[in-house]
Amino acid sequence: MTVAEAVERAHREEWARVLAATARFTRDLDLAEECVQDAYARALDTWPEAGVPERPGAWLTTVARNRALDRLRRESHLRRMLPLLVTDEVAPPADDRLGLVLMCCHPALSRDAQVALTLRLVGGLSTAEVARAYLVPEPAMAARITRAKRKIAAARIPMRVPGPGELPDRVAAACEVVHLVYTTGHTAPGGPGLQRTDLADGALAIARMLRLLLPRDAEVAGLLALLLLLDARRDARTAADGRMLLLAEQDRTRWDAGRIAEGTALLGEALRRPPTRWAVQAAIAAVHAESPSWEATDWSEICGLYDVLLSLWPSPVVRLNRAVALGFRDGPAAGLAALEPLLAEPALAGYGYLAAARADFLRRLGRTADAALAYEEAIALTLNDVERAFLTRRLAGLRSNG
Amino acid sequence: MQNMAKYLLLIYGDEQRWDAETAAERAAKDAGHRAFAAAAGPGLVSGHELETTATATTLRSSTGERPTPTDGPFLETKEAIGGFYVIEAPDLDAALSLASRLPELTSGHGGVEIRPIVDHG
Repeated sequence: MTVAEAVERAHREEWARVLAATARFTRDLDLAEECVQDAYARALDTWPEAGVPERPGAWLTTVARNRALDRLRRESHLRRMLPLLVTDEVAPPADDRLGLVLMCCHPALSRDAQVALTLRLVGGLSTAEVARAYLVPEPAMAARITRAKRKIAAARIPMRVPGPGELPDRVAAACEVVHLVYTTGHTAPGGPGLQRTDLADGALAIARMLRLLLPRDAEVAGLLALLLLLDARRDARTAADGRMLLLAEQDRTRWDAGRIAEGTALLGEALRRPPTRWAVQAAIAAVHAESPSWEATDWSEICGLYDVLLSLWPSPVVRLNRAVALGFRDGPAAGLAALEPLLAEPALAGYGYLAAARADFLRRLGRTADAALAYEEAIALTLNDVERAFLTRRLAGLRSNG
Repeated sequence: MQNMAKYLLLIYGDEQRWDAETAAERAAKDAGHRAFAAAAGPGLVSGHELETTATATTLRSSTGERPTPTDGPFLETKEAIGGFYVIEAPDLDAALSLASRLPELTSGHGGVEIRPIVDHG
């Protein structure tokens, strides 16, 4: 492993923990972020000579804190805060990241801001990546993040775990945001890899943390079940050469049986209560997990579950997924017809999966010219290299056959 | 002692409904405000009920001329500010928890806006 790789890995694995520990110390997010970025820059400078430390996260936290301490000492107007900061260190929470997550998902922030902050501060994504994940222009996303951080500072939104009275609502908001982080990791919004396993791992870790904290919360149980059942397919989603494999092509023996068992058990628990959208989504994933082969998939059950999901969560993306399932149950013509009304949906304009789903239905119907156009549109809208390579192969296959 | 921040709590509501309150409703609300003040303790910096917007006078910014007073509030809206508090709290969660005790929040109209006050040192 080169030093650059070691730093990148530390960024992936330790960012949230280092930032949370530093922010608790500085009580100033911008300062904390700057100091953490400085610490990573220092790592790039010094690790080639000094070697990669045994515990990179601890090294980075120490450097970031020392940097913050220097800055706080130098900036005289903050000097009077120092004794308070030090007494605050007496009983550090077991995991700062939970407080950081709940701060990012605080109800005084808009949902858009919650998601953006969690991706930025907990996920460690750059503003450009957050913008892409969220389908908004980068300057707009930068402004959104700045506004949210200014509100956290001015209104003093605390980085803290609230009492049991407030916790369920705060956790429900965090569940939605964690799911979005997982989604970003499941299929990276851009770049060379299909997945960002760091984000998927981070989301899973936060979901597990929430589960430990609230063992009887149906929402958390459903969310964790969903993430486990989806994540069970992680290794099977790419071939040895890095090619993306569709669900239909995956070697099901490479699915993680441990994750499936854990997810299914949690799902059983989540379904004993009024179902949340997470539990229904997990149930859909469980139908795939329990199916011995792609050919044996029970599409009728999946379509029925999508109907339930649509009643709990009427989102255009769910309608798109339901149309795809319908296309497998009733054939590509039915799927294409179900997609038709979604083409005018403004929320899906610029959403590559809509074009990709259309392209697939058209290809299966033998409408080669229309399919090619749809593939080209999907390719233009897809920034993930692996997905784009898949779509490009499909397009090339279409041309050589037609 | 924890470092405290000041917040302005702006109480909004439908003035017509405030005007239409019965003596008993008014008394219950007053009791609610006393309970709020007791819960706030030393965190309550100041606070007042305001006369209705019908009694308000507004001066508007104008270039070159002396501002002339006009009758009425700055913004003519159905829901108006009926009163305010300035409180001290360690963070927004504490401010929200205190503000959520205000009796106006169970009246079925209006609400409370929480605005951090700039600390000029």
